Amino acid sequence: MTPYLAILSARFRMLLQYRAAALAGLGTQLFWGLIRVMVYEAFYRSSSAPQPMSLEDTVTYLWLTQAMLHLIPFRLDAEISAMVRDGTLVYELARPMDLYWAWYARAIAMRTAPTLLRALPMFALALPFLGMRLPPSPWSFLAFLVAIGGAVLLTSAVTTLANISLLWTLSGQGVSNMLQVAVMFLAGMYVPLPLLPDWAQVVLNVLPFRGIMDVPFRLWSGDIPPVEAPHLVVQQLAWTAAFVALGRWVLGRGTRRLVVQGG
Amino acid sequence: MIDSIRLYARYLGISLRAQMQYRASFLTAVATRLVQSAIEFLAVLALFDRFGTLRGWRIEEVALLYGIINVSFAVAEGFGRGFDTFDRMIKSGEFDRVLLRPRHTALQVAGVELQLLRLGRLLQGLIVLAWASVVLDIAWTPPRVGLLLVSVAGGTCLFIGLFVLQATLAFWTTETLEIANTVTYGGVETAQYPLAIYRPWFRSIFIYLVPLGAVSYFPAMAILGKADPLGSSALFQWLAPLIGVAFLLAALRVWGVGVRHYRSTGS
Repeated sequence: MTPYLAILSARFRMLLQYRAAALAGLGTQLFWGLIRVMVYEAFYRSSSAPQPMSLEDTVTYLWLTQAMLHLIPFRLDAEISAMVRDGTLVYELARPMDLYWAWYARAIAMRTAPTLLRALPMFALALPFLGMRLPPSPWSFLAFLVAIGGAVLLTSAVTTLANISLLWTLSGQGVSNMLQVAVMFLAGMYVPLPLLPDWAQVVLNVLPFRGIMDVPFRLWSGDIPPVEAPHLVVQQLAWTAAFVALGRWVLGRGTRRLVVQGG
Repeated sequence: MIDSIRLYARYLGISLRAQMQYRASFLTAVATRLVQSAIEFLAVLALFDRFGTLRGWRIEEVALLYGIINVSFAVAEGFGRGFDTFDRMIKSGEFDRVLLRPRHTALQVAGVELQLLRLGRLLQGLIVLAWASVVLDIAWTPPRVGLLLVSVAGGTCLFIGLFVLQATLAFWTTETLEIANTVTYGGVETAQYPLAIYRPWFRSIFIYLVPLGAVSYFPAMAILGKADPLGSSALFQWLAPLIGVAFLLAALRVWGVGVRHYRSTGS
């Protein structure tokens, strides 16, 4: 366990150094958040029909997506990509540890550090000034925290699987772009999932990706009551296990047929 | 002038041939972009499916705005790519060489690359625009078609102008600032919806400061024959796209000031 925790903490501390980038990103995220909130307010005011989620909960949901945008498996791990291309991957294979868990630890750091750097200042602005609301009860907040933990484990497993695909694609640009858009949509980044058509809900409920954003965010706002948290978290963990198993299998195949480039 | 145009065409020809060397990679990249922007439009469709209308606007009316702004932006990104990556030219000292050549600097920077990758967004914008113009109950008289084309042209000029201004900043900052993306990408996102839905202070930014409304919202009002809650006159709606052209000309002036301030990085 220790080497993996060491990788995780080293990468995490390294990624926490990019504070200027986070600050620059914050301005952009704020601007986008403002546009989106105004668009949704206008939509809500255009219809008198009862909606599956209240405007207040939707606004909170939107600010959470802006703040925690980096939970989405954006970009592949640039260092792994470089290792595959220049052949230093052999060193990685020679180390006395499980490659999958080493990469998984890197993925956790890659998802959590930027999220933390952006989320805290965004909350500090959106909660008092921009219509974002606090969880209705301590239980909702607790449920959110647990579900965010589940979301991190899940999205890191997806990230690791995508990183492993570098063994075949080398550049990974295409995989990364497609994955990003698909996960963004299915996690609730483009449109809060409850607002998608009712027939789509059945599909979204069985897919793993709502566990990355939709589930924790609705637990925060109380749109999903905290009593439902346990089975949703179990669902997150089950999907995580599935992605881990798939990732390990694919990585096993990849390393067996690995041809190291370069001399 | 003729000579400059010929030179620019040469530049673009070289750029095209270079990009076509990696045909498979090029095609996948375009396809990816197409899917990406299609999914983005799916989000707009989903919202209309849920709420019906947006303050009196139907989906096909918003699709007209969406089409105008996305086609303009895609074309501008294609032609203005050189300005978008201009900070590299400053950092590498390549701009010193540009200054030595007896041609306009902006022309040379614009000629660095004609980015075909934006074809994906362009295609998607055109599809949405075509769909909107068929579904909309509008008589497409020559003046209306003309206004639509002028709007797209004005929008393209406006976005290129923004890229030029963003690049001009690099004369002082060396690095392009990410904040500039909020008005370009953020502007596209904003102008996809009718400006009347935004709060007045926010709307003012995109009417007066970065006049995106002049190339999408106002001419679209004239094309659709809607009464503008913002109270613009018909004459203004018909002439507004020209503001985009004026914006580009003004941006080129500012560029000229930047060029005079240029200090080489000396590498």
